[in-house]
Amino acid sequence: MSVINAVTCPICGCLCDDIEVTVVNNEVVKVKNGCAVCEAKYMGYKSEHRIRQPLVRKEGKLVPVSMDEAIHKAAEILANANYPVLYGWSSTNCEAQRVGVELAEEVGGVLDNTAVVCHGPSLMGTQEVGIPTSTLGQIRHRADLIIYWGCDPWSAHPRHLERYTTFTEGRFEDSEWKSYINKVKAVAGKKKLLSAQRVEPHKKPHETVAESLIFNKPPETLQKEGRKLIVVDVRKSMTAEMADYFIQVQPGKDYELMQAIRALIKDEELDVEQVAGVPVDYLREVVDALISCKFGVIFFGMGLTQSAGKFRNIEVAISLIRDLNSRTKFLIMPMRGHFNVSGANIVSAWQTGYAFGVDFSLGYPRYNPGETTSMDVLLRGESDATLVIAADPGATFPKKAIQHMVKHPLIVIDPHLNATAMLGDVVIPSAFVGIEVSGTAYRMDNVPLPLKKVVEPPEGILTDEEILKKILEEVRIIKSKRDEKTEAP
Amino acid sequence: MTEILIKNGFVFDPLNKINGEKMDIAIKNGKIVESVNEQKAKKIDAAGLTVMPGGVDIHTHIAGGEVNTGRMIRPEDHVKDVVSKTSITRSGTGYSIPSTFVTGYRYAKMGYTTVMNPSMAPLGAKHTHEELNDIPLLDKATFPLLGDWWFVLEHLQRGDLEGCARHVAWMLETTKGYAIKIVNPGGLESWGFGRNVHSIDDTVPNFDITPRDIMCGLAKVNKMLNLPHSIHLHTNNLGIPGNYVTTLETMKALENVPTDGRPTCHITHLQFSSFAGDNWGNMKSAAEEISKYINNHNHITFDMGQIVFTDTTTMTADGPFEFTLYQLSGHKWVNTDVETETSGGIIPMHYKRTSAVNALQWSIGLELALLVEDPWKVFMTTDHPNAGPFFAYPKIMAWLISKKARMATLAKCHKKAQKRSLLPSVKRELSLYELAIVTRAGQAKALGLKNKGHLGVGADADIAIYDINPEKIDVAKKYKTARKAFGNAAYTIKDGKIVVKDGEVVQHTDGKTMWLDVKTAEQLKVDEEMKLKFKKYWTVEYENYPVYDHYVKVPEIISVKASV
Repeated sequence: MSVINAVTCPICGCLCDDIEVTVVNNEVVKVKNGCAVCEAKYMGYKSEHRIRQPLVRKEGKLVPVSMDEAIHKAAEILANANYPVLYGWSSTNCEAQRVGVELAEEVGGVLDNTAVVCHGPSLMGTQEVGIPTSTLGQIRHRADLIIYWGCDPWSAHPRHLERYTTFTEGRFEDSEWKSYINKVKAVAGKKKLLSAQRVEPHKKPHETVAESLIFNKPPETLQKEGRKLIVVDVRKSMTAEMADYFIQVQPGKDYELMQAIRALIKDEELDVEQVAGVPVDYLREVVDALISCKFGVIFFGMGLTQSAGKFRNIEVAISLIRDLNSRTKFLIMPMRGHFNVSGANIVSAWQTGYAFGVDFSLGYPRYNPGETTSMDVLLRGESDATLVIAADPGATFPKKAIQHMVKHPLIVIDPHLNATAMLGDVVIPSAFVGIEVSGTAYRMDNVPLPLKKVVEPPEGILTDEEILKKILEEVRIIKSKRDEKTEAP
Repeated sequence: MTEILIKNGFVFDPLNKINGEKMDIAIKNGKIVESVNEQKAKKIDAAGLTVMPGGVDIHTHIAGGEVNTGRMIRPEDHVKDVVSKTSITRSGTGYSIPSTFVTGYRYAKMGYTTVMNPSMAPLGAKHTHEELNDIPLLDKATFPLLGDWWFVLEHLQRGDLEGCARHVAWMLETTKGYAIKIVNPGGLESWGFGRNVHSIDDTVPNFDITPRDIMCGLAKVNKMLNLPHSIHLHTNNLGIPGNYVTTLETMKALENVPTDGRPTCHITHLQFSSFAGDNWGNMKSAAEEISKYINNHNHITFDMGQIVFTDTTTMTADGPFEFTLYQLSGHKWVNTDVETETSGGIIPMHYKRTSAVNALQWSIGLELALLVEDPWKVFMTTDHPNAGPFFAYPKIMAWLISKKARMATLAKCHKKAQKRSLLPSVKRELSLYELAIVTRAGQAKALGLKNKGHLGVGADADIAIYDINPEKIDVAKKYKTARKAFGNAAYTIKDGKIVVKDGEVVQHTDGKTMWLDVKTAEQLKVDEEMKLKFKKYWTVEYENYPVYDHYVKVPEIISVKASV
């Protein structure tokens, strides 16, 4: 039995690196410190969905083949394609991503990562106005006002509050854990009282639907010393339950709400009663809290990036932060999803200058979202082959994009038989990055962390990096043979 | 390993006092040797060409989190400057923040072979090293930012220099760094809560310490550790009119640091710290005051941070300064504070001849370089990409060697700047020998790189050959010819391999990454207490913090014996 300390969890952008994994006979038997998602992954990564050997589609069916055959087939597809798409990259390590850029360059394809369907708009927003941000520890030590906007860390990044924000001890700010416990107790007490009075809380007399859409006045505590938590969302999420104040924005009106806040920061008058469903009087109190804090931060998620307005939402959110910095210290950070989607952006940027949607078809990197991302190319029906690695577009892309994708050869590299793999023509199983493979990943705040190999991969299973290197090598051989032929008289 | 013989070039090798002599240089196994077998060796006919050691850049932001964020936010910078893949080279993009491969190629084309990445947040050190691995053809080293690190502040606050020294030694080894970088000391910690320090005697909020304490403390630590380079300092109040007073005070404060004869402090991009006047309207050059001080003292070296008129990107750990630039320009603004360590910021910037301030800045950089008499104190940089991209170096070389070149540019500058510039009165034109000092020999000496910047036996075979015949052309008059030659080396030789020929990359080779292994008598104990402190200060585990050996593709470990 061996106990491995300080393991980095390969699930979400939190990249918690304090996981303790116990291994017996090359099996993970116990996981400490991790959240429910982490534990489920470490205990279940070897499920029945795991692919055990390479598959190639023959006469409509995926049949087992040798690794060499699968690699050769994949290389042949890429070498013969005019405009292949190489998509995914977010659940693998930077070492594999580096080879990926080289492969995309070699075959003149489109290199794109999952940012295109999550935080691509955030990157585009920063290309408009920049981004005042920091590492997560800075927030732990200093932030006394934390805002989650369009994201629900309690469900999607379960340890975010505990490790980096509201419930962590910093040098200059304390954890709000105790006051949260008190609040939970008070709520429970209130419920008990109501039940004693035989009044069901959700059926209070005189309550209309409009009223139930909240708007409680901002509590006094919003102006107190110490950490405050505000959640802005279209629904009362788990995180919102914990917040000092919850602002329920009408769907699709985040942009409006932020512009209103910007106006109020500049002491402009708003001659309306409410904005995006929020009474302006209450908004004023929120703005007071924003201005009077010592160090504030907004974390935002897909509620902002993928709702109406997309990158304009992010642009205005960052502009709001820019305005606030003339009054106090205020920062902003995207809640990145996949554990190494940041790494995919970073590696792509240092090798090509661009973070996602890179088109190599002219021999040099080109980037123009709306034209060069995988989604654009697929929806226009232009690509003639696809390689998918460390992502599952089959489950997340629009139907039209997938319909085009499956018209042409599809190579899938993944540990699991996911939706995309089931559609694939060549399926190459890979070792599980962060459990069976070491390497580097970047946290949501762009801090690099080493991933650990805690168990050996199943026999015969290669890493993403190895598979890609083999494909690249094979592609070069195929291309040089072809060049020889064309040069011969 | 191939042997190479470079025959009959005009050799400029200031560290060995060789000034344009016609001679042969022999190379074997990547090193310069006394002689090689003339029959066997590959011969390069350098008759009528200028031979210099490979260029050395003491300060250029080419890798790491800050640089890469700059790349990400500026697609408009790349689209105008694209580089295609060839059978030897990778594709990429420029302009002001080139992708890693392009960075290596462009330096090599200018005959540069060694560069220093001067700004690395220790927490992001792995990122910096991953990028350095992807910069081909160059030897590299990187400086961790230590001036506002809590461990340093706490030790200096207690007056515990030895403890501080042990931690600095540990950090250099842990981040695989090469020198102590200090940026706006005290200002970065203050910036954590949106504040700044405004003089070297301001107290840093929450820490009972001043910038003076930090600079002098770390300069002493630097001596105690016997580091090859001095402290590498970006001064307080950088980029603010009137800041030359702070710069003078800083240099005076450092006079008291005991010295072994070598410089105590390298002030980087001095141009940005030499502004007189009290607002942007009446800003003037303080090059005269600053250069007078440097001429009379020997504890300071500096690099220019020379402005080039173009669209570029400013990036520095000086977060509060970038915020000031944001307030001035309203341009896209990146801020990146790093827990317990440092901060950072990025603002795109277009330096224009028609702007009085920019034109004056341009003049200040050249004034400093020309008014300081001893070329061994002056190094040519653009603080890439802050004052301009590094591939503008040939332009700057032309300005340094030719008054005609300077005056041609000055004539196109803003009238106010023309009036306030000292340049018309400066007659000095650097000789090729002096140019070799400010672009390689002096920089290598200041960095303590024993095998770089010269062509003596045993030196690394890093050599630049330029198509300039000093007997036939007067570079001061034919500065355009010289400029072209410096931008397209006839040959660049890296570790004995010809990597550039006639301005084109002809061979790939990975450069080395140099880092310091500082041996202190008493090693830092990494006990439970330290680990606990780690947990409190950072959001990563102790075990995951260091840059492990495998992060450096081709390491060159330089052992240093400390005197503590």
